Amino acid sequence: MKKMNVGSSEIEHTVDPVKSVNRRNFLRNAGLATMAGTVVLAACSDDDAPDSTGSTVDLGSGDVGILNYAYALEQLEAAFYIQVVATPFSGMTDAEKTLFTEIRDHEIIHRDFFKAALSTNAIPALEVNFSAIDFSSRASVLGTAKVFEDTGVLAYNGAGKLIKEPAYLLIAGKIVSVEARHAAAIRDMLMPNSAFFAGDDIIDNNGLDGAKKPADILAAVAPFIKTKVSGANLPTA
Amino acid sequence: MNIFNIISELEKVDADVHERLGYYSRRSLFNTLGKKVSAFAVPALVASSISKAYAATPAAIDVLNYALTLEYLENEFYIKGNGTANLIPATDKPVFAQIGKHETQHVAFLLAALGAKAVAKPNFDFTGKGAFADVFTNFKTFAVVSHALEDTGVRAYKGQAGNLMATEDKPLLEYALQIHSVEARHASVVRRLLNTKGFVPGVKGWITLNEGSPAAVYAGDDNTIQGGVNIDGISGKSKAAVTEAFDEPLTKEQVLAIATLFLA
Repeated sequence: MKKMNVGSSEIEHTVDPVKSVNRRNFLRNAGLATMAGTVVLAACSDDDAPDSTGSTVDLGSGDVGILNYAYALEQLEAAFYIQVVATPFSGMTDAEKTLFTEIRDHEIIHRDFFKAALSTNAIPALEVNFSAIDFSSRASVLGTAKVFEDTGVLAYNGAGKLIKEPAYLLIAGKIVSVEARHAAAIRDMLMPNSAFFAGDDIIDNNGLDGAKKPADILAAVAPFIKTKVSGANLPTA
Repeated sequence: MNIFNIISELEKVDADVHERLGYYSRRSLFNTLGKKVSAFAVPALVASSISKAYAATPAAIDVLNYALTLEYLENEFYIKGNGTANLIPATDKPVFAQIGKHETQHVAFLLAALGAKAVAKPNFDFTGKGAFADVFTNFKTFAVVSHALEDTGVRAYKGQAGNLMATEDKPLLEYALQIHSVEARHASVVRRLLNTKGFVPGVKGWITLNEGSPAAVYAGDDNTIQGGVNIDGISGKSKAAVTEAFDEPLTKEQVLAIATLFLA
């Protein structure tokens, strides 16, 4: 069964140029009007009624599923940095605030790009759960930022081989290196003038960053996302 | 100092400068072999000369050798820099030691993947034909060349991802992505160092528009068309922010033109 699926998607990719063109068009034709629309992510709304988590958001299948997966992660990152900048930890320096603001803007741009690109295929805005993060603490904020950025790198690196359309792979590549730049900057703030920016805790003995499959990433970020997200239909090979 | 001019001048006086890259020489050899041996013999040849762990297409072998050439360049650069007394201040040594360690690991990894198909290491001139004459005596120049090599690496790997999408190349695609993000981490930390040291005031860990030197390394990074849509102004953000949020690829030709500057 699994083999049949792989085979059929191969055919779709290699011998159906019409479908391929349509896929590209869905990005090109994505209404820019939707970009102006605000995506509201309620951060830290601890008291929300439980019925807001009643339904599960399915990321979908194929390339659309992978793009929605990226969109979900970018929603999480954007919401985090929006909160970091809105409620700065005590003693945040001007340089730190500038850096967090820049990263926030990059993540908002990523988020809104995916929303526009996915258009009607986009998952809804996810509700986050940042109750475990102490936004008044530099250590908590930087520690969480490190986890989110490193996780973003792991996620994009692991998703690359699941993408069928070269144009989408290129976009993922354009974004993952920016996430890696963020990760190194955050790690550099945590431990300046050290090897930690690309530390032995995350880079292996071949000099390789990590790569993780969507199921592992979704499990790792689940505590931070109140909305139930399912990647059950995402490609696995 | 105009790097574009230096490169074009070089090409005028040395028309076959690209041929001196081992990558091209080896590809020619490969093509020649492909024509002379039978269709049945080619896969056997490939299988026997690549490490048995990898089944790769000829296109992927090309990509890996291209990557290896860049890693040779980076690796030798850091071996020399890290091994030069009084070049890197003590406080900054851990950063460059870590970068150098990774480049050595990347070379070893690609050599293992390519086996007998690996290209030979070219001879390098890190002064860039005199453009960076004090590269191993002036830390500022060393750091400037370092960030340029790392940003080139990021853009070069990115430009080849689409050539590793065949089913049998998928493990290699993932490995390439895993190197790609490490190069981006390197680039980020060195760029931040350039700012904090006052070498390039204001430079950030990420690339703004097409700002940076040598200009050829940053050409086209001010692109705002993503997925066929111009997203300049998305989310009400500045063009600078939009271009920072997406790293752009370089073509093989663009990268080889940059690398040629450092070929002896």
